[in-house]
Amino acid sequence: MKKKLLLLLTFFSFLLAGCGRTDSPNTLTVLNYGKYIEPKVLELFEEETGIKVEYEEYITPENMYTKYKAGAIDYDLICTSDYMIEKLILEDEVSEMNFKNIPLVKNLDSSYFEFSKSFDPENKYTLPYFFGTVGILYNRELVDESKINSWDILWDERYSGQIIMADSVRDSFMVAQKRLGYSLNTTEEKELRNAQELLIQQKPLVYSYLVDEAQDEMIAENAAMAVVYSGEAGLALEYNEKLAFSVPKEGSNMWIDSWFIPKRAKHTENAEKFLNFLCRKDIAMMNFDYVYYATPNTQVKEALDPELQENSTIFPPKEILENCEVFKSLDDASTMKYNLYWKEIKSAD
Amino acid sequence: MRNLKRQLLAGPYILWMAGFILLPVLMILYYAFTATGGNFTFLNVSSITFSVHLKALVLSLKLGLICTVICLALSYPLAMILNSMKAKSQGFIVFIFILPMWMNFMLRILAWRMLLSNNGIINSLLGTFGLPGIDILNTPTAVVFCMVYDFLPFMILPIYNAMSRIQPDIIEAARDLGAGSLIIFFKIIVPLTMSGVVSGIIMVFVPALTSFAVSDLLGGGKVLLIGNVIEQAFMQEYNWNLGSGLSFVLMIFVIASMALMNSRGDENGTGVW
Repeated sequence: MKKKLLLLLTFFSFLLAGCGRTDSPNTLTVLNYGKYIEPKVLELFEEETGIKVEYEEYITPENMYTKYKAGAIDYDLICTSDYMIEKLILEDEVSEMNFKNIPLVKNLDSSYFEFSKSFDPENKYTLPYFFGTVGILYNRELVDESKINSWDILWDERYSGQIIMADSVRDSFMVAQKRLGYSLNTTEEKELRNAQELLIQQKPLVYSYLVDEAQDEMIAENAAMAVVYSGEAGLALEYNEKLAFSVPKEGSNMWIDSWFIPKRAKHTENAEKFLNFLCRKDIAMMNFDYVYYATPNTQVKEALDPELQENSTIFPPKEILENCEVFKSLDDASTMKYNLYWKEIKSAD
Repeated sequence: MRNLKRQLLAGPYILWMAGFILLPVLMILYYAFTATGGNFTFLNVSSITFSVHLKALVLSLKLGLICTVICLALSYPLAMILNSMKAKSQGFIVFIFILPMWMNFMLRILAWRMLLSNNGIINSLLGTFGLPGIDILNTPTAVVFCMVYDFLPFMILPIYNAMSRIQPDIIEAARDLGAGSLIIFFKIIVPLTMSGVVSGIIMVFVPALTSFAVSDLLGGGKVLLIGNVIEQAFMQEYNWNLGSGLSFVLMIFVIASMALMNSRGDENGTGVW
């Protein structure tokens, strides 16, 4: 009997051992936003280098942080937004990038490295991937276009039940903060309360709070206006001619999604190879065609139709960018305040 | 010896329980009563008294209750009708009830979103007949509607099960002794199906109380249930302690509701525990 028990025990221990990850040297574990890379790019990279890519997606930067911090998987390369990278840099989770191993970084416009300095002051840790602004995607047949240049229109009762807001704490707060003329990085109690009050006031007019699906709802004409990222708007415009995009005059958020290599990465070299691959003209072009967000890759931009290069939805003009602010990482107490106030908005009637 | 062998058969199940039920519950308890640094605190659990958390809990209880009552009101007569049919068609209709469960629950919720949206299939159909559209999507009504749709089989099956076990002789005997339909219903059918009703209520109320996916997808982010607050604490705020504290409170409500229902007597063994 004892023998049998022993046998059973060894069997289970094998079973458990099987759960452990086998660490093969030739892999690359990537974590990225949803719908944020041309799947073919991954295939081509695997074909050319023989490196197996394990690819994972997330929805919001906060989701990414949870996934990363849970520590179940050692990611080699992560793409996320400015303020979240800043937070991770401050927590000493990001390793310096060895740009010598990424020679094709020369394809990227250096002015975007300047913008990146707001969260990566010495340009040591990050490689810009795509950038853009936040604005209002609207249906020209349903909305009074003379009013669309201000965030005020999102509080207009004529559009009750036709407005889609962002289901993301900081993006929604940003709209109210900018309408009130505050900085989108404010941590002042009074300014936050005022912004919150404005968002609670707006809630009865809101059709729904969405992130990735906002674009689909607008294409399907289920709503008149949606607060979306410029890149998403660019894509939506391709599907429905009635749609247009506007960045309100009060200013908005400029975001830069960048790649970084976490300290816990096991395959740094593969990660660098992958970044270099992404900067290559043909690959970056293919990727741009799929993602359709503003790319910092000058080689891609120069090869596009002049008409597309002038498309202000996809490539925000300089004067709009100058009117925009980049998100800064907030301290823990302020983050908690934002989260609590956001919950209060969500539970308001 | 033989006994030991039999017990060994339960081995995989015990491992499963320990690893996937007991351990997670212990971890939730640990997180619930500690602060981020690991010090003991009541703050996470007591934060249920924050007005925003309390409001979410009350809304969850309210929607859960409404959903349970609707499910019961729909299921009971249905089970009776079903029970009075021929045995062959009974099997077929039960099969039809189970059929939607072959599809993934998330897909079905997403399908409802497509059906109910402003320019969705239902509204365009209504439009072609010149009828006014319905705009219940992104309201608590849509959340309750979809919960009823999802959980209805869990109510029908135990009630139908209990009902089919009533011997027709008993009803005939009652009739012989002069009982009318109403008396038969209240004195015989209802008491004998009570165990099924109790199981059904628990199996509908508990998932309805704790759900967050339905309210997220059909509430348009405007309906904040306690499940959403917990999900947000874990996924958005990276505050596992708060999430666990609130989960602990929710567990108390779940256990209390089960204990309350089970105290209503259950002799037939169709109860949940």
